[in-house]
Amino acid sequence: MSAVAAPHQIAGVGRWSPDRRYLPVIGTFIVFALMVTIGGLRYENFLSPAVMSNLFINNAHLIVLAVGMTFVILTGGIDLSVGAVLALSSVITATLLQAGWSLALVVPVAVLAGSAIGYGMGVMIQYFDIQPFVATLAGMFLARGLCFLFAPESVPIRDESFIALAGWGVNLGRWRVTAAVLIALLAVAAAWWVLHRTRFGRTVYAVGGGEQSATLMGLRVARTKVLVYVISGTCAGLAGLLFAMFSRSGYALTGVAMELDAIAAVVIGGTLLTGGTGFVLGSVIGVMVLGLIQTIITFEGTLSSWWTKIVIGALLLIFVVLQRILTLRRT
Amino acid sequence: MNSTILQMQDIAKTFPGVKALQDVNLSVERGEIHAICGENGAGKSTLMKVLSGVYPHGSYEGRILFEGEEMKFSSIKDSERQGIVIIHQELALVPYLSIAENLFLGNERQAAGFIEWNRTNQDAAGLLKRVGLDENPVEPVGSLGVGKQQLVEIAKALSKDVRLLILDEPTAALNDADSEHLLNLLRELRKEGMTCIIISHKLGEIEDIADRTTIIRDGQTVETIDMSEPGSTQDRIIRGMVGRDLSHRYPERTPEIGDVVFEIRDWTVHHPTQAGRVVVDHADLDVRAGEIVGIAGLMGAGRTELAMSVFGHSYGRGITGEVRMDGKAVDTSTVDKAIKAGIAYVSEDRKHYGLNLIEDIRVNTSAAGLDKISRGGFVNGNEEIRIAEDYRRSMNIKAPTVMSVTGNLSGGNQQKVVLGKWLHTAPELLILDEPTRGIDVGAKYEIYTIINRLAEAGKAVLVISSELPELLGICDRIYTLAYGRLTGQLPRAEANQERLMELMTIEKEAVR
Repeated sequence: MSAVAAPHQIAGVGRWSPDRRYLPVIGTFIVFALMVTIGGLRYENFLSPAVMSNLFINNAHLIVLAVGMTFVILTGGIDLSVGAVLALSSVITATLLQAGWSLALVVPVAVLAGSAIGYGMGVMIQYFDIQPFVATLAGMFLARGLCFLFAPESVPIRDESFIALAGWGVNLGRWRVTAAVLIALLAVAAAWWVLHRTRFGRTVYAVGGGEQSATLMGLRVARTKVLVYVISGTCAGLAGLLFAMFSRSGYALTGVAMELDAIAAVVIGGTLLTGGTGFVLGSVIGVMVLGLIQTIITFEGTLSSWWTKIVIGALLLIFVVLQRILTLRRT
Repeated sequence: MNSTILQMQDIAKTFPGVKALQDVNLSVERGEIHAICGENGAGKSTLMKVLSGVYPHGSYEGRILFEGEEMKFSSIKDSERQGIVIIHQELALVPYLSIAENLFLGNERQAAGFIEWNRTNQDAAGLLKRVGLDENPVEPVGSLGVGKQQLVEIAKALSKDVRLLILDEPTAALNDADSEHLLNLLRELRKEGMTCIIISHKLGEIEDIADRTTIIRDGQTVETIDMSEPGSTQDRIIRGMVGRDLSHRYPERTPEIGDVVFEIRDWTVHHPTQAGRVVVDHADLDVRAGEIVGIAGLMGAGRTELAMSVFGHSYGRGITGEVRMDGKAVDTSTVDKAIKAGIAYVSEDRKHYGLNLIEDIRVNTSAAGLDKISRGGFVNGNEEIRIAEDYRRSMNIKAPTVMSVTGNLSGGNQQKVVLGKWLHTAPELLILDEPTRGIDVGAKYEIYTIINRLAEAGKAVLVISSELPELLGICDRIYTLAYGRLTGQLPRAEANQERLMELMTIEKEAVR
């Protein structure tokens, strides 16, 4: 093969009609853009950099959760434990910092606690053939219980280096990027890279597309199925750290039902619950959509915050029906 | 009363692009056992689905007369109401429910909306007695063996006041004793006046039990043979089943055959869930470089099971024996190892086992050989596109780009993607399982050409096919498989459909 082979021109790329696989993500993005436009037209200051920066700052932990959840759902699984693992990680962070551990030690311990729980659940799912729903439900109870074992009350964090890290940020013009946002965005970039550039990422998609065909292609299905739960657990551990930075405390009852927010974000972001299709960037937009709903309702002022849940419910239904229609057309 | 219970007149059924049935005429007498024979894909099951209402009235042409009246079934429920009950090859029993519950499922013994358990279990016991089972009706069905489950199915049919019982390959999964028991039961039922249609590949069985046999070939009825007439032997049925012209065309090839590349010795495979059932029995087989070798066998003979067990132990348990590549024993216990040993397997079910249908050509092409284009776990995307593009061109895959989703391609083009995927792993042996199933004639020729090209490049090729003309058209040598045992091998010059069919239908006892 010639070393000077011209780069292959791919006929047809750049034709207008988009690939069908991108349709759900495009749909999500259109909804996102619509909401931004409507908000901008309706409320003064809605489009201000401060509000938009806050969208990221308030949801950094949810972005990280959604990233991990995307891996799991792409294989056709589900992870119900992430909310509880987030709480566990935040409680571990707060308790250990209060006990005088150094930040450099606390961070890996908190994150790896999530990885360990994820690994346990992955092994249950893959080698004992337990449904992901049940295995991660057990993981959820375990993690939530452990939280109370560490600290039944809210533990405030007074560690100086931690506070410094949590408060660190750069101003880009009038936009503010905090350490938490930076970490979340790095996680997104890493996930994107792993999913689309590595053999592991390929295997994740292949397992979701059809476990049997993936096995017969010689892909490492078992290892991959365990690893996605490790990744999800690790992400939940990291998210717990970010949440601790956000709230400057660790509390056993944080993140209740947050796993459902993460799943909602992933689904709204266009990832099929049956696995095989979806993008991590879609999940990020999904989180942004959830955040925007919250913001709009705050700006509206007269609506109770429970409207957030109602709108999320409606959106979720619309997206699931949309996906169903797309899959029906595909077969 | 008329003695003809069922008449199917001029039945024709078309699927998009395929004529499955055409001019089919079937007439069944009251109280007889009527066998239906034909090669795989001849249209037997389609005909039975027309009869039982799975394909509703209006989706086929022709008339069905049952007890002299024209029937227009719109569902299975309709045909069952008339007393036509079909027992499928795959049993339709709920393993966790009791025998009695299964017998009356959808037909419960009830009063005022509540199930009467005493009557349920009593009636069930009576039905079980009729089919010669002395199991307790409260036992869960899952605790019975396949043979007994088959009898429960028949008891279930009897509970519905069946007038015409249709059995699709009833003994395919049974051992000899269970088969014999089942056939005896059918003889008993015949004495009581029951009419039966039985679909079977086991010609010995048909010779034993059937009063008349209708042969279907390529979706048309060929003839109905009265089995009591002299000369109505297995040979006669075989001739009817295969007697067609070689209407397909096969590309020419001059074989240049080298050394033995692939051997299996004493290969034995057991059923993954039914302990003790041997699916492949002490098979010995070899393929030489540049040689195309066929495996012929009827459905259930263990062809796919043989191939998949070799390819990374993907089927079965209790696998013993040896696989050798170039004379050296190799470990093929995982798919990964099998690929590294130089084996590739193109599945008969490309949609479930061969492709990720929601991904594009590029990803599917590289999937099995990702290690060739990645370093340290990272995939070289440009290299991947280049390779997929190369195969798209050399295989003439009809798709605008390698970014096209494989689920949208035609069967022939999907198969080319699968072939491209395996060629990229640079195998020494390619196992092709039904390589042209569901593919139109033009694309078949292209697939044959690709297979020939592989052989010319010195690869060993093993082809499994239900279509004997296909094997005769492309293979240099053909093994026959029956009931998990290799029953013979014929070089191309000596093989013809009749001889192959004879070897494929050798009964179990004779194989030993």
